[in-house]
Amino acid sequence: MSSHAATLAGERRIAAGNASAADAGRLVLLRDLKLAFRRPGQLIQPLAFFAIVTTLFPLAVSPELSRLRAVAPGVLWVAALLASLLALESLFRDDAYDGTLEQYALSGQPLTWLVFAKTATHWLLTGLPLALLAPLAALSLGAPPQSLGGIVICVGVGTVALSLIGSVGAALTLGIRRSGVLLALLTLPLSLPVLIFGARATELAMRGDSFVAPLELLGALAVLGITLAPLAAAAGVRISLE
Amino acid sequence: MNWTWFHRLGSPPYVYGLARRLTPWFGWLSGLSMLAGLYGGLVVAPADYQQGEGFRIIYVHAPTAWMSLMVYTTMAAAAAVGLIWRIKVAHAVAASCAPVGASFTFAALATGSLYGAPMWGTWWQWDPRLTSELILLFLYLGYMGLRGSIDDSQRADRASAVLAVVGVVNVPIIHYSVTWWNSLHQAPTVMRFGKPAMPGAMLAPLLIMLLAFTLFFVALLLVRLRAEILNRERTASWIPEVLRS
Repeated sequence: MSSHAATLAGERRIAAGNASAADAGRLVLLRDLKLAFRRPGQLIQPLAFFAIVTTLFPLAVSPELSRLRAVAPGVLWVAALLASLLALESLFRDDAYDGTLEQYALSGQPLTWLVFAKTATHWLLTGLPLALLAPLAALSLGAPPQSLGGIVICVGVGTVALSLIGSVGAALTLGIRRSGVLLALLTLPLSLPVLIFGARATELAMRGDSFVAPLELLGALAVLGITLAPLAAAAGVRISLE
Repeated sequence: MNWTWFHRLGSPPYVYGLARRLTPWFGWLSGLSMLAGLYGGLVVAPADYQQGEGFRIIYVHAPTAWMSLMVYTTMAAAAAVGLIWRIKVAHAVAASCAPVGASFTFAALATGSLYGAPMWGTWWQWDPRLTSELILLFLYLGYMGLRGSIDDSQRADRASAVLAVVGVVNVPIIHYSVTWWNSLHQAPTVMRFGKPAMPGAMLAPLLIMLLAFTLFFVALLLVRLRAEILNRERTASWIPEVLRS
């Protein structure tokens, strides 16, 4: 409860209706960040999951770096996809549970924008750290050091699209008991383009070739996601509140 | 222009009666055209000079693949109509489409696999069309899974409608990304059906089969729609009257 008190002031401003939409979005973002940092253990979970999954592959496939290098882009992206998915379930859950989402919907602020702010938090707390952790995992899978900068950019851009696609799935599965498997079933097929372009860009980066073309496609997916996904996610949230 | 015919489509009793009257028409037309198409395809059409008699499975494979996409489009269109104008019958149509579409998709994959075994020498190939088709099956399963997990039927309708609309935006993106992925990773697969020059004796039965499968889908949809409406309106007062007549 104390965690809520810290942000009550901001919420009161939103509730009073004298905050602009941009303010409201910023306040939601800060509130979610603050709440998340109060439970650092949960923050680390997706990252630990990512690290463990990438560790499984050398054990399962072969410790030879030459063989690992061939599968490294795929391993990185599948692990990032699953780690991002793992953190999605809690994106709206707690706020739906304690009625915060309902207040957002009633606040008169555009729900699409607030949902986008929450999705941005998801990216800041999983996508960005994953992008920063990815080079380490890539290095252990035999990626050349000069490719690491490119890998950070690719994972960073790709996870933006993953967070946005995931926000739609998380909103639609709100209120369903044991929604984890269903969330995966909904989200993973839609995430395939990100996986394809992301793995391709990473592969090119590891070879030392130009990875601009797949990176631009990843960027296009992220922009398309920013444009459309919050609308669908807000619609999903509204449906769950009905 | 008189729009009452259109507004009546929002009324469950009217649609139920309409579906009951139309089902035999679509059913019989589908049966007859399917017989004609099969006769044309299996007997009249000449054997392919490269693939021999084996190519004839295309008369089932191509229509099922075509239907898998058409049913998804129909489902998403019905879902969008239901979402925008809050028409219950439209949601019932979307709900009735999903299992039919999933079955067509599965049939397309199964026949494709049977087709591939003698032609490509393998049951499965990570070919873009096969892969997209498989993903389409996952999309159907996700749609049905979401609908099945929400108890409240109105919420289930609206949530799955959003998913269907999101899916329809994504299908082309998925298809093109898979095509692009494939062209980079693998030697091009010989896909002989892509040839535009298909002799008339082979093409005509295929077109008839496409028509037959479309009619078959409509007939199935009407039957399922009636069941769906009965289930949704089970407490309504018009049901006993209609069932008695």
